[in-house]
Amino acid sequence: MSSNGQTSADDMLIHVNNLNKWYGDFHVLKDINLHVKKGEKIIICGPSGSGKSTMIRCMNRLEKYQAGEILIDGILLDDNVKNLEAVRKEVAMVFQHFNLFPHMTILDNLTLAPRLVNKMPRKDAEDMAMSYLERVKIPQQANKFPGQLSGGQQQRVAIARALCSNPRVMLFDEPTSALDPEMIKEVLDVMVELAEEGTTMICVTHEMGFAKQVADRVIFMDEGSIIEENTPHEFFDNPQNERTQLFLSQILGH
Amino acid sequence: MSNVAIKPPSQGGIVNWMKENLFSNKLNTVISIICIYFIVKFLVGVVDWGILNAVFAADASACKAASDGACWGIISEKYRFIIFGTYPADEQLRPLIAMVWFVGLIVCSLHRSFWKLWLIPLWVASLIGLGVLMWGGVLGLSYVENTQWGGLPLTLMLSVVGTVAAFPLGILLALGRRSELPLIRVWCVAFIELVRGVPLISVLFMASVMFPLFLPEGVTIDKLLRAQIGIILFTSAYLAEVFRGGLQAVPKGQYEAAAAMGLTYWQTMRVVVMPQALRIVIPPTVNSFISMFKDTSLVLIIGLFDLLATAKVAITDPVWRAFYIEVYIFVAAIYFVFCYSMASYANNLETELRKGEQH
Ligand SMILES: Nc1ncnc2c1ncn2[C@@H]1O[C@H](COP(=O)(O)OP(=O)(O)OP(=O)(O)O)[C@@H](O)[C@H]1O
Ligand SMILES: [Mg+2]
Repeated sequence: MSSNGQTSADDMLIHVNNLNKWYGDFHVLKDINLHVKKGEKIIICGPSGSGKSTMIRCMNRLEKYQAGEILIDGILLDDNVKNLEAVRKEVAMVFQHFNLFPHMTILDNLTLAPRLVNKMPRKDAEDMAMSYLERVKIPQQANKFPGQLSGGQQQRVAIARALCSNPRVMLFDEPTSALDPEMIKEVLDVMVELAEEGTTMICVTHEMGFAKQVADRVIFMDEGSIIEENTPHEFFDNPQNERTQLFLSQILGH
Repeated sequence: MSNVAIKPPSQGGIVNWMKENLFSNKLNTVISIICIYFIVKFLVGVVDWGILNAVFAADASACKAASDGACWGIISEKYRFIIFGTYPADEQLRPLIAMVWFVGLIVCSLHRSFWKLWLIPLWVASLIGLGVLMWGGVLGLSYVENTQWGGLPLTLMLSVVGTVAAFPLGILLALGRRSELPLIRVWCVAFIELVRGVPLISVLFMASVMFPLFLPEGVTIDKLLRAQIGIILFTSAYLAEVFRGGLQAVPKGQYEAAAAMGLTYWQTMRVVVMPQALRIVIPPTVNSFISMFKDTSLVLIIGLFDLLATAKVAITDPVWRAFYIEVYIFVAAIYFVFCYSMASYANNLETELRKGEQH
């Protein structure tokens, strides 16, 4: 693996050091520093366009970055293909729009990565997939296609699919913001359970109730920088920065 | 009793339909009557000429006597030549079997339940089998040089092999056009645009006249093969653009989800992108096949005798020269049967796939 032996005895899982990224001339991420321990739950919030998605997408290299470094479980994320393969096995992602594969059954969606990436026999992969479908409470949908499910069910499938690759970190990019209000809770309930089981989670969301319930830390981003970082209690009751205050008054105001 | 399902008042029956659609007001009625008059007159003329006054026996003088009727006698006389060209007369069962086999294979390949991986070895084996059948020279079959091939088997072969072989090539070109490697991208774009920018006739001409100039002396490539390669290359450029449309229709989120779960590029293409893109491109691919099926008639200019060319040769016979209309109708009917069935297939498939995607 990486020669940067940052996997010392400490239980840090993710290091983001002085991360900078540009889209052309647009400086989208500015000197981001973030360190995540095993089992930690991080909530990221901030106004639209502040770079939240871009930042977490750098963590599994859906986006490249130009300066700084990201280490996941001691593996440096750079142009090295081997490292990339290793990191993608450790990091799973849940998207805003689910991104299930519409031409495959739910079960096939779930078993795809275990079978192709981890070379698991089909039978084992299906058993595992069913156990995760039970955890997200929709085992009876296994043989349907994504299009036949409601948005909330699809997002729970997407979470189960992410879990199927046995990740050490789960990234969530606004997992509930494409859902109808009555479906948000069923997805958040699943995520709360995951959090309680000790999964390392980095979640971009504006669900402040969820943040208060599970977060170890809340991070506020604006214009490509981390403006404030605090425990949920401090963050919501006693925000330090005025941009944070403004943001919170806007999203909690109505 | 009020909970009976509400239906529109029933207005079935052909009389009602005609009232509603043909004779709903004065103007409509006048237009309908005029149209019906011409349709009937035309049909009566066709029946008179094509059936009642027609001569079916292969007898040229009887044909000449019946001046206001069709002479299907020329078809009875010439159909074997039109369909099989100069393939030796007592061996024509071979191209017939080859054709039936070929068409059966296509029909199977087009059915969704056959879209499995073993279709590829089946095609390879069939092509070899068909080659043996057509060329012969082994298994007790007499050898038939491919300069003697012609007619419908040739048309079918050029268009089907052209489309089938162009399919994978087109996929590669479409992927190459989207590649992140600039050299590959430039090559693919250049090839696609170059080939699409010239008419098929010049591609065929280049394949047959210019291509041999580039070969080392003494090496010759068969004329038929050159034409086939020309057609494959031509079709692949068109299919590449069709596939590009299909690839673009697959949302970015699908690639991202596949990448995030650690699939490689080729795995992503094979199990995530292509299955979705191919569904979209089957109907336009069939359309491309239809136009290729008709365009193969251009191989005449490089001296190959496809279905249209054999028909033209058939009517050079001085005895039958007067009856070219019947021959063209016959050939048109063959083209029509093939093209129309392909087109209906494409339509059906489109509806079926759309149904499948409705939730
Ligand atoms: N591919 C791209 N090319 C150029 N600019 C981009 C690209 N993707 C994102 N951006 C820009 O980068 C900035 C940050 O985008 P990002 O999606 O990370 O924001 P976000 O915080 O996730 O916002 P939202 O809450 O709306 O999802 C935005 O100004 C956006 O316009
Ligand atoms: Mg975002």
